[in-house]
Amino acid sequence: MNQPTQARIFTLKIDGVDVAAREHETILELAQENNIFIPTLCHLEGLTEFGGCRLCVVEVQGSNRLFPACMTTVTEGMEVTTDSERLRVYRYMILGMLFSERNHVCSVCVSNGHCDLQFLAAKLGMTRVEMPYLHPSMVVDASHQHFIMDHNRCILCQRCVRVCGEIEGAFTKGVMGRGASSRIIHDLNGAWGDSKTCTSCGKCVNVCPTGALAEKGKSAGEMVKRRDWLPYLRSMQED
Amino acid sequence: MSAKAKLATVWLDGCSGCHMSLLDIDERILAVAEQADLVYSPLVDLKVFPEMVDVTLVEGAVSNEEDYAKIKKVRARTKILVALGDCAVTTNVPGMRNPFKVEDILNRAYLENAATNQHIPVAVIPPLRQTSLPVHQVVDVDVFVPGCPPSADTIFYVLTELLAGRTPDLLGKTRFGI
Repeated sequence: MNQPTQARIFTLKIDGVDVAAREHETILELAQENNIFIPTLCHLEGLTEFGGCRLCVVEVQGSNRLFPACMTTVTEGMEVTTDSERLRVYRYMILGMLFSERNHVCSVCVSNGHCDLQFLAAKLGMTRVEMPYLHPSMVVDASHQHFIMDHNRCILCQRCVRVCGEIEGAFTKGVMGRGASSRIIHDLNGAWGDSKTCTSCGKCVNVCPTGALAEKGKSAGEMVKRRDWLPYLRSMQED
Repeated sequence: MSAKAKLATVWLDGCSGCHMSLLDIDERILAVAEQADLVYSPLVDLKVFPEMVDVTLVEGAVSNEEDYAKIKKVRARTKILVALGDCAVTTNVPGMRNPFKVEDILNRAYLENAATNQHIPVAVIPPLRQTSLPVHQVVDVDVFVPGCPPSADTIFYVLTELLAGRTPDLLGKTRFGI
């Protein structure tokens, strides 16, 4: 029996504006419905929320801690602040750590001009990185016939890992190591080109927010990602 | 009538692209010249960085001992120091050698890849420092203008704001990379 369930409606405030939300909705979904901008990086419509980048942290009245908007569901009477001096400090710090932890050289990157990290830094008015650049020695895996994985530009958002498992069902990509030494790997840390599970579908390349995953043969600024297919594939799975 | 402001530009480890972009302000350079004298620059034949400069635009990262000595002197003699372009702001391309040892880089450039006259120069050219640094990790920087290079419009905006005594707001005007 398919009876329509009655969704409960909550009323709450985002940045002082009264809004109505459906039960189980996240703060991020509600903000986007109401055209309120919350910065995100690991979030991508069509993938399971991960809550890894912490850029979407917001303040909720009555609590001192910050809440990731992508993982926090609305409650009745909630009062959310999406932009404040405190949040700006944390977001700058997060972006600074992402930029300084690997070798992001925007000017010569395949994704220059089409990069979510570069776009966010500009959108938030970031003009410098305060912490020292680590300039780690990073490898580039060019073993795949069509694609390239440049660890210099990876921010470990795990969009590629999620799309590979959740949408393609291949589970080729994973994460090895902890903290700053974490790496995206293929199968049991073999060369990508040797992977028996990779279907070469290219979904990981297209969801990657930076130039870490790109098609071979692209020069600086030439790698444009397409993601319009993702919500459709997700909705087909749900149907 | 107050005296004209003193403007300087310096070129550290960069490709000169930011200076090219500065020249791309074209005839607007006349408007800048009405408000400021260019007292030191790669475009000016003066060997010593003068005292009491109002605004200095710095292109390039701090990569060798000459860059290091120069930026220390420039900072001490400048009121408003502007890190101009991605090399000055982030180290950009000059910083791409940082994961490697200086010794390995010199071997690669002057021995392994040299067809003739294989030797590592020890005189005349300044020695490389272990890492190439953004300007603000060596001296205090007052204004950051990212971009590779920042557009002529952005540079002109920054100059006119600073010469008018205002702090330029770069939101939406430039970004890392460009």
